[in-house]
Amino acid sequence: MTQYRVAVHIVPRRGVLDPQGQAVCDALHALGFAAVADVRVGRHIVVGMNADGPEAAELAARDMCDKLLANPVTEDYEIAGIAPVYAEARA
Amino acid sequence: MRFGVVTFPGSNCDDDAVHAVVDALGAECVRLWHKDHDLKRAEVIILPGGFSYGDHLRPGAIARFSPIMREVVEHAKRGYPVLGVCNGFQILCEAGVLPGALLRNARLKFVCRTVILRVENDATLYTSQYERGQLLRMPIAHGDGRYTIDADGLERLRDREQIVFRYVNADGVTTDDANPNGAQDSIAGIVNEAGNVLGLMPHPERAVDSLLGSADGLALFQSLLARVGA
Repeated sequence: MTQYRVAVHIVPRRGVLDPQGQAVCDALHALGFAAVADVRVGRHIVVGMNADGPEAAELAARDMCDKLLANPVTEDYEIAGIAPVYAEARA
Repeated sequence: MRFGVVTFPGSNCDDDAVHAVVDALGAECVRLWHKDHDLKRAEVIILPGGFSYGDHLRPGAIARFSPIMREVVEHAKRGYPVLGVCNGFQILCEAGVLPGALLRNARLKFVCRTVILRVENDATLYTSQYERGQLLRMPIAHGDGRYTIDADGLERLRDREQIVFRYVNADGVTTDDANPNGAQDSIAGIVNEAGNVLGLMPHPERAVDSLLGSADGLALFQSLLARVGA
């Protein structure tokens, strides 16, 4: 067993009104970032866990997203990164 | 008929619910603790308003895994009445007992005021003492009340008359201004397909006495009493 850190991105599904993203988009426009077309505000979750390998860690993280971390009705998620903790410490 | 009111860590309308049932309705009520696995022979379960688990992650997302929720979901599946008010509505959606989800209010503000509701279906367990089209005054107090569902789901809700209450203006018309949270189709409350589970964002239990500003919520509890039996 190795300890992994799995990062998960959760964002409001396209088509679901995201007033937070809209407010940030408006603020960026007001600051002069005229090129900004669209902003969606979501959540970045980092889970530390023991697993047999990166595949097992990803599988477990997906299960967590389906059951709790993301709302299947309104949100999409993606696994943003998986790294063993010792690699992180060395970096 | 016995009511049971569940208290989660962070519930804050549990006392109001007990008050509505015991003092206003005159029915029997037991208190249920989120860690229990026992509904104490209660027939009608109320999941009250509040901020269970501090609304962490998403409102209701953690409370739905409370020990007692296993019994509550089973109870609902067996056809017994389960009423979710505000945070209770959010918990029932997170648990998949009711379709859809409740997202951050469209204007990103916590809204605490009295709203006007229109009764859309007077044939449910919860609305037999109202009339279709009747306007009710009830308080709301929430930051995450924007009811959201996909297009197919919305059509199903409409076809099966599962939309029970909508936000309207004083003339009884749905408008953007009268919709306090940007809820899809001005939806304030829905029942499940079987009709035994109601979730709504407004607080009927806080509107059971004219001293409180409105007694329009009392008939919801009286409807239950009339249909489920005394």
